[in-house]
Parts: sequence; structure tokens; C-alpha cells
Amino acid sequence: MAEAPAPRKKVEVNVEKVHVWPYLVRIEFLCAIITILLLAVWSITIDAPLEEAANPTKTPNPSKAPWYFLGLQDILVYFDPWFAGVVAPVLIIVGLMLIPYLDINPKGNGYYTYVERKFAIWVYSFGFLVLWIALIIMGVFLRGPGWNLFMPWQFWDPHKVVALVSVDLPYAFGIRSYDMANLFGAVVVLGYFAVGTAVYIFMERKAIKTVGITRMLIKINLVLIMVGIVVKIVLRLAFNIKYIWVTPWFNV
Amino acid sequence: MAAKPPEIPNIAEIMAKIKSGAIFGEIAKMITESQVWTSSFRHGYADTPRNRVLQIASNVWLHLHPVKMHRHALRIKFTWCMGGITFLLFLSTVVTGVILMFYYRPVGEYAYFDMKYLQYDVPFGMLMRNMHRWAAHAMVITVWLHMFRVFLTGSYKPPREFNWVIGVFLVTFTLLLSFTGYLLPWDQLAMWAVTVGTNMARATPFLGHEGPFQEFVFGVSPRYDARSVLIGGSIVGPPALLRFYVLHCIFIPLVAGALMIVHFWRIRKDGGISGPL
Repeated sequence: MAEAPAPRKKVEVNVEKVHVWPYLVRIEFLCAIITILLLAVWSITIDAPLEEAANPTKTPNPSKAPWYFLGLQDILVYFDPWFAGVVAPVLIIVGLMLIPYLDINPKGNGYYTYVERKFAIWVYSFGFLVLWIALIIMGVFLRGPGWNLFMPWQFWDPHKVVALVSVDLPYAFGIRSYDMANLFGAVVVLGYFAVGTAVYIFMERKAIKTVGITRMLIKINLVLIMVGIVVKIVLRLAFNIKYIWVTPWFNV
Repeated sequence: MAAKPPEIPNIAEIMAKIKSGAIFGEIAKMITESQVWTSSFRHGYADTPRNRVLQIASNVWLHLHPVKMHRHALRIKFTWCMGGITFLLFLSTVVTGVILMFYYRPVGEYAYFDMKYLQYDVPFGMLMRNMHRWAAHAMVITVWLHMFRVFLTGSYKPPREFNWVIGVFLVTFTLLLSFTGYLLPWDQLAMWAVTVGTNMARATPFLGHEGPFQEFVFGVSPRYDARSVLIGGSIVGPPALLRFYVLHCIFIPLVAGALMIVHFWRIRKDGGISGPL
């Protein structure tokens, strides 16, 4: 085992604890200088955009939200605005706030570890890197006029024709009656959550005593919503399914 | 008295001093013992434990720090410096933002032309605008990375749960600050990005005029719903500009600033920066 490096000056008594002055303050100082320097260079070399004056009668195509919201704008393709624009952001914020109260695994507190908390790392990394960052990158670079998908080498043709071949899930299963389609959709959507919850609770039944049933119910349903978003994206892209559940008030 | 022959510098000796680093000590000594230095600074800084503590504890700008910390938390690999950089970028936007406010009027007739004036006539106006905008964009990225780091190190775990919740509020307010600022240039990019963003509020369940179950709530119409509260009308027009300006320059910075105070204070109260227990 390598010896711990000796403190540079004999001022420190305890090797594990160091004085903030100078050891931390000098790092902060250096970090601030580098950040301000990079910001100055960036600001001198690249100008902030300013387009023509705002004109409510001239809608640009595509109209894009600020880049950090393009992940949400992109799931508008797969979900109605009440979900993609309102419920999903609220669930993201509330879900993030709940993380410390849902993840009660005592391991991995204050250090990097993958093996001690694989599930937590997977869920957060998938949500952040794929559902948030990757969708933003797609929204910024690959979404052109009509919010159609364009590869980087393709011309952004505003007249690109995309066949509207999507159908609702009940229709794809041959259900033509409105009430039956409504019922079928309800069974599929509610069944997804009910079965998912039941399977999880059954598999982890030993944990009920230690983790608590409320915590487990909230946790699995938040995960099911997140997975559900992915399922719906796959259903649309691979099977041209538009809605799963159509009601007079809302569609999922 | 016979003149002393001038000392001939020994090249090998000087090279040895440079290689060993002793030269720096000699230069420092030459400077600090000069008349200019000794007349400017009445006494030196003795590097003692007591002075190291006092540098932090009796300095209003530094006293938010603890005087001592765990060695592991110094590593850039551990924190990525992202929280501090986010705060620094916030301060940059405050400074540049105040300067921009001297030249900008949030009025439909003036806003766009004030932007042009800022860019072409105000000395360093373009630079101030660039720094404000890029710092804001960078802040969005660094705050996400900070959050990712805090998650990966499990730093939200007890006793730091509440500070994570404050942090989620701060991420949200960072995005809202950036979003409200996005409208202010009052150009096509601004107006339509904010139109797309605020259009979502039409679909708010119960409270948006195109949202689910709005028919059960009395009085919800395109003019009076969740969206019109945000933009002061049924389209993104001058009232929206004024509303976003006030939110951007006054309301959100105050709330975010208050939350930052709590955030930093809780780091100390929760036992300093996280580390292996």
C-alpha cells in the first residue's frame, strides 16, 4: 500500500482534515478564473442571436421552444399536450424531489459506486441521459419543418410528405365499437399499472416490512410511468400506434 | 579602498537554482523585502493554523465555508466544481443583467429597438448581451451536471434529503429564469419559442381552456385560464413581455437567491460536503 502523501507544510495536524484556506479557496479561485476566461472568450467570439422583430402574423416553421425544453416538446409527438406539456414536467419535478424519500438504500452515501446501487443509477441515468439529453439533441438537430425527422445531411424540406398511417391500439386489434374501444383502452392502460405494481410488490414482498408499502407503491408507479413513455414511443415508431386509450376527455 | 570586482554569476549555480525551484523563493524574498513592498504592507502573513482559520472565519465573503474540511472533498473528480460554477455563472448574469437593464425597456414598441441599440451603439453592449446569454445557457448545463454528480455520489441521502429538494426547486427556477429571459429580445426567435412553451398551459387539466376536464370548471376560456395568467392575454404580446420582464428581473432572482442562501446554509448544517461515512 502506498504511503499517504505528507502534508506540504507542517501546519496540518490531522491529515484527513485540511484547512479550507488555502487548500479549497485556491481551487475555487482558479476555477473561477478559468470559468470567467472561457465565458469571456465565448462571448467575444460568438454573438447571441437576434432575428427579425417579433411578428405575431408570421409563424416560423419549425417553431421550437428553448433548447432545454425540446425533450418535452419532442414527446408531444407521442402524447397530448396535457401530458407532455403539463403532467410530465410536474411529475419530473415531484419525482426528483421524492428521490431521497423513496431511495432508502443506506449504501453509496457520499461516494461514487455502481455496484451498491445499480437500480438507482440505471433509472436516473436513463431518465437524464436518454429521456432528457438525447431527446434534446434530437429536438435541436434532427427536427425540421412540421416537426418531421431529418438526418443531418438531409435538406429541411417544408413540403415533406409524411403518410398518416397511425391508428389507435383498439382499432389495430379490430375493435370498431366506440364503447368497446374505450373499455379496451382502459383495461390496457390501467392493467399495465395494476399488473406492473402487483408483480413488483410480489417480487419484493420481503422488502414491504423494511421499505413500507406506500413508498413501494409510489416508487413502482413513477418507474412505470417512465417506462410507459418509452413503451409508447416504441409503439408509435415500430407499430404506428397513435393512442392506447381514447376517452371523451383525454387520450393516452 | 580597492573596488570590489563585480560578481560574475555562476551559470551552473543559477541553473541548479531554477531546476530545484529555489529561484522562486529568492525572487519572492527580493520583492517582499523591497522598499515599495514593505512600505505598502505593514506586516507579512504568517502561515499558522490560527491565521488559516481567521482567513475564513473573519472574512464576510469566505465565512460561508467551514474552516476545515475533509481532504477527499477537495478532489475535482468528486465535485466536478459544478455547484460553484453554477453559482458563479448566476453572479455573472446578475452583473451583466443589471447593465443590460440600463438600456432595455420592456415595452412592445421599444424592446426590439433597444436590443439593436445595445448591440450597435452601446459601448460593449454586444459583449454584455453575449455574456448574459451564454452564462445563462451554461448555467442550465452546469446545474444539470451538478445534479447528476450529486445523484451519482448519493449525496441526497440522509441527512441531506431536504437540501436535494431545495436543489430541485433551484433547477426549476434556473430553467424558468432562462425561459423568461428568452422572450425579452422580442424577436421572432423569442416570441415563437415562448409561444410554443406557454401554449402547453392551454392543456392544463381543469385550468387550461383546451385541457382535460376544463368543462367542469366555471369561467375557463382562452382569455381566462392557466395560460393567460402567464402571458397576460390570449397571445404572446406586450403584456407578456412586461410580465416576463418583471418575473425575470425581480421575482425569480429574489426567490432563487433566497433558496440559494438556504441551499448553502444547509450544506454546512448537514455536516459539510458529503463523503464516505
